[in-house]
Order: sequence, then structure tokens, then C-alpha cells
Amino acid sequence: MPLPGGNSVLKGTMLSENDIVSDFLVESSENLDRLDRDLVGLEKNPHDKNALAGVFRTIHTIKGTCGFLGFNKLERVAHVGENLLTRLRDGQLTLTPQITTVLLSMVDAVRQMLKEIQATGHDGEEEYPDLCETLTQLQSADSTGGTDTPATQSSVETAPTATLEMPDPEKLPIPSEQTTHTAVLPTAPQKKLNKGGARKPAHGKIGGVLVDKGHVQPEDIVRALEAQERGDRRRLGEILVAMGLAKPEDVLAAQELMDLKSRDIAPETIRVGVNLLDRLMTLVGELVLARNQLLQFSNTMENPALHAITQRMNLIAMELQEDIMRTRMQPIGNIWAQFPRTVRDVALGCGKQVHIEMEGKETELDKTIIEAIKDPLTHLVRNSVDHGIELPDARAKAGKNPSGLLSLRAFHEGGQVNIEISDDGGGLNRERIRQKAIERGIIRAEQAVRLSEREIFNLIFLPGFSTAEKVTNVSGRGVGMDVVKTNVEKIGGTVDIESVPGQSTSVRVKIPLTLAIIPALVVGCAGERYAIPQVNLLELVRLEGSEVKSNIETLQGAQVYRLRGRLLPLVYLARELQLAQDVPRSNADDALNIVVLQADDRNFGLVVDAIHDTEEIVVKPLRKQLKSVKIFAGSSIMGDGRVALIIDVIGLAHRANVLTELKDRAVIEKSAESAEASAKQTFLLFAGLGDSRMAIPLSCLARLEELPVSQVEMSGRQWVTQYRGQILPLLRLNVLMEERRKKLQGLLKPPRPDSAPLQILVLNHDGRSFGLVVDRILDIVEDKGEVKSAATRPAVLYSIVIADRITELLDIPAILRISGIMPEANVYAGALGASK
Amino acid sequence: MTMPKHLQFCAFYLEGMLFGVELTRVQEVIHELNLTQVPLAPAVVEGLINLRGQIVTALDLRRRLELPPRAPGVPCMNVVVATDDGAVSLLVDEIGDVVEVEDSTFEPPPGTMHGRVRDVIVGVHKLQNRLMHVLDIDRACRMADGPANHTTA
Repeated sequence: MPLPGGNSVLKGTMLSENDIVSDFLVESSENLDRLDRDLVGLEKNPHDKNALAGVFRTIHTIKGTCGFLGFNKLERVAHVGENLLTRLRDGQLTLTPQITTVLLSMVDAVRQMLKEIQATGHDGEEEYPDLCETLTQLQSADSTGGTDTPATQSSVETAPTATLEMPDPEKLPIPSEQTTHTAVLPTAPQKKLNKGGARKPAHGKIGGVLVDKGHVQPEDIVRALEAQERGDRRRLGEILVAMGLAKPEDVLAAQELMDLKSRDIAPETIRVGVNLLDRLMTLVGELVLARNQLLQFSNTMENPALHAITQRMNLIAMELQEDIMRTRMQPIGNIWAQFPRTVRDVALGCGKQVHIEMEGKETELDKTIIEAIKDPLTHLVRNSVDHGIELPDARAKAGKNPSGLLSLRAFHEGGQVNIEISDDGGGLNRERIRQKAIERGIIRAEQAVRLSEREIFNLIFLPGFSTAEKVTNVSGRGVGMDVVKTNVEKIGGTVDIESVPGQSTSVRVKIPLTLAIIPALVVGCAGERYAIPQVNLLELVRLEGSEVKSNIETLQGAQVYRLRGRLLPLVYLARELQLAQDVPRSNADDALNIVVLQADDRNFGLVVDAIHDTEEIVVKPLRKQLKSVKIFAGSSIMGDGRVALIIDVIGLAHRANVLTELKDRAVIEKSAESAEASAKQTFLLFAGLGDSRMAIPLSCLARLEELPVSQVEMSGRQWVTQYRGQILPLLRLNVLMEERRKKLQGLLKPPRPDSAPLQILVLNHDGRSFGLVVDRILDIVEDKGEVKSAATRPAVLYSIVIADRITELLDIPAILRISGIMPEANVYAGALGASK
Repeated sequence: MTMPKHLQFCAFYLEGMLFGVELTRVQEVIHELNLTQVPLAPAVVEGLINLRGQIVTALDLRRRLELPPRAPGVPCMNVVVATDDGAVSLLVDEIGDVVEVEDSTFEPPPGTMHGRVRDVIVGVHKLQNRLMHVLDIDRACRMADGPANHTTA
């Protein structure tokens, strides 16, 4: 209870009071986060005694400390909450969703007041009368727990005794007897003990464990404790054994269990200020730099002793760096902990039932990254519940469990952390996204038809996109998903979404482990060095002499390199950095260094002057004067003490127009003229039926191949060939486009052995490869590809004018359907709908 | 206040003009260091320097003030000043003395004064035989109105 003069008494020791208050705030806010989790957990498992006791303890501690510090309002709220919790803990009430909700709002009220205390030093004006009223009312509600417990109990203290004295004769079988005992235990011995002296409750001590296990009766514990009080110095377990009240092996087992628990509960930790950790991290960064310098210097000296010392120093620095990094690592569970509560609140708010599952809670991430992904993840979780999971009725109709499943998964993979947020809801509606994107002016209709399924799904990450039918207070305002993507990209991560209509949606976030020290490839360009983060690096290619000429081709001014048969656009670093105006003429003698990089899902080759080495570099952010330069992610100090810039591969790809597709479109649409200029697409032209011309966007094309007829085999009525260890189905354009009767005849025929080699376009669609046999490949052209007329026959999307000739754009999904390669109508429902 | 307030400035020269920055904000004054150029950066940014493990952005005050460019090969000095966003190095022609003035000698820039210089000074101190421009460090380091040499496409 607060003393009226409590504050003035403490005034003399203001400093320590401040310390106490700040400790109290830190501790309480951590405890409150746990409360959220525990309460939601309890809702599912209302009889979890440990969780209930934990919740009770937390509130009790807060109440006690506030009384001491004179935060009366906070104390009052905590007090009524505690009363309700006491009854829950003692089994006189069973936790209902209603009680959980009220308790959660009590937690919110406490949190609010703590914030107030942090800001002003007082617990605020708000007294929460409604909340207190509700909490009190719930307390006196009919007991739903023990069937025989009188509902009129007013005193908490008498309650357990009452239950204890009512052993139901019908419940004699041992298991249920145990349950009765455990339900009663926490207060029964405690009460007697308090009478005997100021001893701690048996709960959590060996006596409590033994009683919980059913090995010893509570009365026996009391008797043993009384013996201790009389001066018996032996340990409780020993006394019990000596008195013949417990078996030695039971006591040993209980002791072991307690050791285990105490290790869990009180790990050896101390609190260290985050500032200090940051400072340590900076210093280690400096040390790493100094070590790099030392190593370089040592290599120039012919001194074995110096070598030995630097090697040793190198190892120590490396270990130190790792350990310091680890001090900043936090399990992702820290931010997931609040999600059960979030999910519960959102689900209640929209009348859904959602069950949350977590896997990989212990996956560790750097503190700064944890902070940076907290909001994006929260948004994704809310989104899944709000938009992903259907209402219970709809789910039941679809033959699913009415309760939806939201699963969070985190794991390490390739130096990155993967976080997956999946739901088993309705999935993304491809058509609706497509339409919405067109309506919102994010893409144009003719662009929309060219997008792959995945590209369509990823449209939802563009600014101003939202397909929610109605705007809820949770999400659907059209902000959010783009912010999620921006925030994740800011820390060097990527977001990707997958969905199976009617079944699931899964968002995968990939983020680096840490931002502070990264492995990077150092390259040279125009006399300076630049660092490229290793995460973006795929491989290095060096072309020498005549290879340069023979392997680099030009597509309408854009240089490309055939990397294992795929076209890799080349970007010259010197030109992008405006250090050299023109693409250097590929001299026959010059070697060409190509760094193959990945930006989002696109690969490109970065041509640099020299490739130096890979190094662990310490990332230093760029100051605001340089924030506008999107091509650099930061800077670092190299071994020789000079500064090198770190290239932001995504930024570079944007600048070089490697990533022109989806992302820029939103921007492009805003300014009409630039849209005109950049909406140009590259098409592959080939001869269609008769002398018509057909085209596909070059982006669909994986490779061009020429295949001798002898390599064509028949599989049923399907032409196939063995291609790179796979069986590649071959579709004959001229046959598929024929009239139905002729088509059937044509399909059955094997190729004539004397035919010329086949021209094959190897295409990828939805992860499957197939070869399209065409008569003749005509050209590759860049064109705006404006729509001129609708399709006149199946397998054609529409006709466009390319290079002054009418050209039909091939509908790839349609041709697959006609050929029967892709009959799974359910999976590709969206694709089928699209062409109707 | 009756007591005149004494202020200390670190003086430097730019194109023959005398400037001063508050001494308390000057971290150090150093000779030219190895500089790493930043391609595509605003023209004002001369480059990055490694100041004992701290990466400092160097700004060319001549460009910031739209003064004629420094002749190639002429040495310059770095005045490293503290800002909210970390240390920034200002490239100046020549370093002067520490000047101690009273606040009574201060006057805001006259309304008839034009040009970039006016944008980045708080005012002038009337020294015995000349005027010292008091540089507003934060404004000088702000890039928003600085000319850029890269296309903002």
C-alpha cells in the first residue's frame, strides 16, 4: 500500500529512486510483452498452471513496485487485475475469451501508464474506471472451474482451504486426485507457512515439485518444514526421506528437475547498454581495419616473427569480431512473441479463427535488423489474418478447418535469414490483382497480359495497390505492402510472394544476418576500388583475347553475353558511374572481367577493369550529402587506409535499366513521356502459319536452339527431345495453329527423317520448359508494341504492329493448353480465365 | 547582459574573403588527405576521407559558394566540423588564426547583399580592418539547394 508520504521519504534519495523507476520500466515492459504471449497461450490452454502463475507474478510485481514508488493509479488497476488473476490461479474461475480480452486491455492500460511514467514521471490522469469495473465484475462471476466451489466466496484466502476440504469421493482414482492437489497447492502450504514464519512459498521449491509429482502430500511438506524451523539443518528432501515421507529416488529426480528449471529460468546474464554494444561494434570494426592493414604490411616484410604475430592477431580479431557480433544477435522470437496477441486481436476484430504456429524462433539476427523488420513483419502477419484467411463459414464451405492456420518460419540459408509467413487462406486472386493494377493505372492492359503469375503476385508490392474490397482498420489502405518491400530492401533484403489460389499464400522475406560487417568483392574501375556485397554475387567470368569478340553480342545497342546459353545483359561500371563516356571498344587483346550479379530476380554482368579480392568489410553509412546517390550503399575503409564505396547492386541495376520491368513501371506511368520512351519492349519475331508473322516478348525466351531431326523422339503423340538432362516437350507451332481436323493428323506424325534441322525456341512458363518448333526465326526488334486489334484465332493474345507489319503476339499459356501440356485447370484457373 | 560575450572563431580564407566558424564546432584542421571520389555525387561533394577510421565527407566550399574553381595543383586545407549528421570536412584555401570577438561587433548581412555567400552566412563580425563572414555550418552542409552534376532521372 502506498504511504501518503512515500514520495517525500524517497526525495532524499532522488538518484536511486530514478534508477529504481527506470529499472522498473525496463523490467515491466519486458514482462508485459510476455504477458501478452502468456495470456493468449492460456486462452488455448486455460489449465496451464505455470503460465497462470507467471501472469499472476508479473502483475503482482508491478503492483508491488508501484505501491512502493507511489504510482497509485497504476497500482489500483494492477490490483483489481491481480484479484481476478488470483481467482483464476486458484481455479475458482476458468479463463474465457471474455476474461482474456479484459485482461489484455488491462495489460494495455498498464503499458499506457508505464509510457506516461517514462515520459512525465507520473502515472497520468486516466483512472480506467470502466476497466476496473469490468475486472471487478468478472471476479464475482459464477465460478466455472471447480464444480463444487461455492460461488459466494469473497475472501481469496479461504478459497483454497474450502476446495481442499472437499475431496470428491467419486474422484478417488489417482490421476484426478493429483489434479485436485495441484490445483490447490500454490496457496495451501503457503498459508500455513506464513503462519509459521516468513518463509517463501513451497511453489518452485523441492517440496512443490514433489507434491506436483504426487510423491508427497502437502501436509508432509509442512511437517518437514516445521522440522526445519525447529532447527533441523538438513535439506528438506533429506528430512522427508529421513521421516519416511518420500522415497530417495523421488527426491533426487525432483532435485534434478529443479536444477534444470533454475538453469532455464535464471541464465547468467547481465544487462548491458545498447550504446556500449554499439560502441564495441564500432571498435571491433576499427580493429578489423587495422588488422587488414597489418596483414598487408606484414606480407611485404620478410620477417617470420612478424608473420606469426600477425597471424595470431588475425585469429584473435576474427574471433573477437564474431563474438561481438553475437552480443548483438537476438532471436527472432523476440519480435514474434507479440504476434499471438496481434493475431488474436485482428482475428477477433474480423470474426475469424486463426491459429498461429511458429518454427525457428531461436533463429538469430542482428539487433538493428530485428528492429528494422519488426514493423514489416507485423504488417504481413496482420495482412494474412485480415485478407488471407477466410471467415469460418467460407472455410467450412471450402472443406477446410474453420480455424485458419498462420505459420511463421525462420531459418538460416546461405548466410541469410529466411522468414516465411504463410497462411492457408484463400490465396491471391490473380485476375483481381491484374484488373486492380490496370484500374489503378499501375500497369497498362497490354502489359498485364505479358506478366507471369509471379510478376502479377508481386504487383501487390507496388505503391498504391490494394485489392481489399473494403478498407478495414487493419489493412487495405493501399499503404503497407510497398512500405514492407521498401523497408526490407533498405536493409538489403528481398520479399517474394507465392500463392496457390484457394489454398495458401506465402510471403518469404530474405534478409542478411548483419549489416555491420559483410563479405564483399573488391573490384577496380577507373583507378578507384569499389566493393560489391557478396550476397549479390553469382560468379566471375573472364574473357580473354578472341573470346571477347566471339562471345559478346549486341542487341539493339545493348551488349549481351551468352552465359551457358542464356543472354546476360552487360553493364559497364565505368559508364554507369560516368567515369567513361563510351562503352570501351572491345579490343581483341583486352581481357574482359564480368562480375555476374543478381538484383531481385534478374541477373546481369557488370564489366569492371579489375577484380581484386574478397574481403570482410565494415560498412559505414553514407552521410546525408550523399544519400541521393542511390548507386552506393555505404563506404568502407580498405586495408591501405583509403576509402572505398560499396555498390548497391539493386540501385545500380535500376540505374542501368536492368530492372525495368515491374518496379519502374509505377514510376514510369506517372510521367507520360518517359513511359512512351521506356515502354518499348524487345520482341522475338518468327514465321507463323502461312506467311504471317508472330512474336513473343524476348523476356519469355530462355534460349534459341537448332535441333537435328534425328534427336526428336516420340512420347505418345508428343514430340520430345532430350535436352540438358531433361525431357523437353516440343510443340509444333504450325500444327497447333491448324484447324482441328488437320491438327489431329499432324500431331500423330513423327518428323520426316530428311527434314532440315528444327528451329526451336526454348521457353519457360511457370517453371516448366518446353520447346516451340517454328519454321523460321526472323528477327529481334524493340518496339512499343501497341495494341492494334483483338485476337482472331486461338493461341493469339492480340495483333500488334511491329516494324510496320502486323504481327500476332503468341499466347503462351493458351498454346500450352491447346497442346495438352498443361491441363491442370484447377492450378492454372487464373490463366484459363485470362484468355476467355 | 552587461558583460560583453566573447566568442572564438576559427578563421579561414576563400577567394580572398575572410570567413569564420565557431571554434567549438571545429574538430580539427588537417592538410589534404587521400580522397576517394564519389561518382554521381552532387558537385559540392569533393569526396570521402578516412579520418582515423571515421569516414568524413569532404565538401568543397568554393563550389558550395559558387566561387571560381580552385586552380589545379593548389593545395587546400580541411576544416573538420561537427554536425548532427557526423563530421564534415570543409575544403578551404588557407587557414587563418583563432579570432576572438565580442558579440557587439556582429551584424546581420545587409539586405543589399546577394549571391550564394549570403545564403550560408549568419552575418559578419566587424574586425579592426576587415569583415569576417560567419559561416552557418549547418546551412553550408545542407545539400538541398546545392547544384548537382548528376542527372536526376
